[in-house]
Amino acid sequence: MILFDDISYSYSPGRYALEHVNLNIGEAELIAILGENGAGKTTLVKHVNGLLKPQSGRVTVCGIDTKNSTVAALARKVGLVFQNPDHQLFAETVEKELAFALVNFGLPPDEVSRRVDWAMNEFELTQYRERPPFMLSGGERKRLALASVLCYDPQILILDEPTTGQDNRQKTRLAALLKRLNGEGKTVLVVTHDMEFVADFIPRVVMLSKGRVIAEGSAEEILTNRELLMSASLLPPQLAEISWDLALQRPSIDLEQIVSAASKLVGGPQR
Amino acid sequence: MAIIEIRGLSYSYPDSPKPSIQDVNFAVDEGEFVLLTGPSGCGKTTFCRCLNGLIPNSYGGTFSGRVVVDGLLTSEHAVYEIAQRLGLVFQNPENELFCTTVEREVAFGPENLALPRGEVRSRVEESLGVVGISHLRDKSPEELSGGEQQKVAIAALLAMKPKVLVLDEPTANLDPLSARSVLNILAKLNTESGVTIILVEHRLEMVAHMADRCAVFDDGRLVLAGDPGEVLYSEAVDRMGIGIPKAVQVAKRLALNSKFGKKPLSSWDLADIIKGGKL
Repeated sequence: MILFDDISYSYSPGRYALEHVNLNIGEAELIAILGENGAGKTTLVKHVNGLLKPQSGRVTVCGIDTKNSTVAALARKVGLVFQNPDHQLFAETVEKELAFALVNFGLPPDEVSRRVDWAMNEFELTQYRERPPFMLSGGERKRLALASVLCYDPQILILDEPTTGQDNRQKTRLAALLKRLNGEGKTVLVVTHDMEFVADFIPRVVMLSKGRVIAEGSAEEILTNRELLMSASLLPPQLAEISWDLALQRPSIDLEQIVSAASKLVGGPQR
Repeated sequence: MAIIEIRGLSYSYPDSPKPSIQDVNFAVDEGEFVLLTGPSGCGKTTFCRCLNGLIPNSYGGTFSGRVVVDGLLTSEHAVYEIAQRLGLVFQNPENELFCTTVEREVAFGPENLALPRGEVRSRVEESLGVVGISHLRDKSPEELSGGEQQKVAIAALLAMKPKVLVLDEPTANLDPLSARSVLNILAKLNTESGVTIILVEHRLEMVAHMADRCAVFDDGRLVLAGDPGEVLYSEAVDRMGIGIPKAVQVAKRLALNSKFGKKPLSSWDLADIIKGGKL
């Protein structure tokens, strides 16, 4: 679905933001992109919708070399939701914001209004239909930015730090939505620092550090690898810390596993 | 001794049909570290604005009750007077930094108090030092990372020598390492300098063990307040959609509280108790 073939990119000469990155992301994957600040996460995802083109190597999205395509053409397949909704929202009202891309893609008016209604309903924005986006709260603007991308139904969805400023209930709702979209066959990439969110909801992880892919695999395996997390300046999820503090033979990020392993240790060796 | 006393506080924003804060009674002792949490839209930010007098002084709306900060009744004192006793750090530091260098930013408050030059200088040095950003003094706040900017915002408030710091989700936009570094600074200010801290935070796993007390807001009301262990191990908190730290979830499942009367808040406390060291 997305293929990075030995790509490199630098914003200023001599300093690589991405260096010889190889990555193959299949259809219907739900995957987290982790890495310290400046690791190259945002640079990587900007290559998927063609905002950036590799300076060497090749990026292929749904079989199309991004060098031979435009952002406008790729946008139909790849929806990118920015970290800061204020960098994305611009319309006069919530309704117009949601309709913007649909109208530009040339959808018939009844289809536009059907999808706008769906998005407002899905993200609990119906009451704000006529309201300017900048009058919404931070969390609501974040939902609107996501809604405005989802309503044109891209095959690949990329979210940059979707959980910042969201409470636990909203995070759980977001996770359920991502799982559902993923279950419907969409490829979902989540760029995030939120290790608890990844540990709870995202099965696969790609870890970047200093412009390189340093690990790729299951969240369970990577988020319990202490040396790896430290080398990428990432903090472990609390269940991994509990595993280490308990010196469990098999560290885990799964609550049930930890509860079961810990229950055998309660009371110490004297029992 | 209480440094903040709140009695019967209710508040509605102008043109809002529904009160954002309803009948809150709360007191904070000098030197306490209070963790404030609750779902989005529960009134936490509005409550912070009530503490530094922005509400009712700058926002209008309908205000009733009393908020007393270090002896000042907020409804009868200007925000600049309250600001010398209580500093408010916002979620997004970009919105509050405006000077050309970090040093000027930190000097801005004390300069506006018309303090002598030497005093301004020593306050700037001390604040930069406490927060650990002396090396950034000549940088422009614009070119700093989010975590560094948040530290500048904290240093700028410390230069006012407030007794209380209120921080409204100061780590929401920071990466985990920067977040931990900012939170550690707060813990240090609290234990070493005796600054009273009121911290609004969703990520309880990072802060629950630091706090003396935890207060939970829901729908404009203060619904729970007490020892963080009491609050996080209560049944009521489970129904509120708050992110309970995994260490607490594991301990609850193992019934460490009912069997042994233990309420660990961190992974290391949990492990010590399980391994028998604290039983």
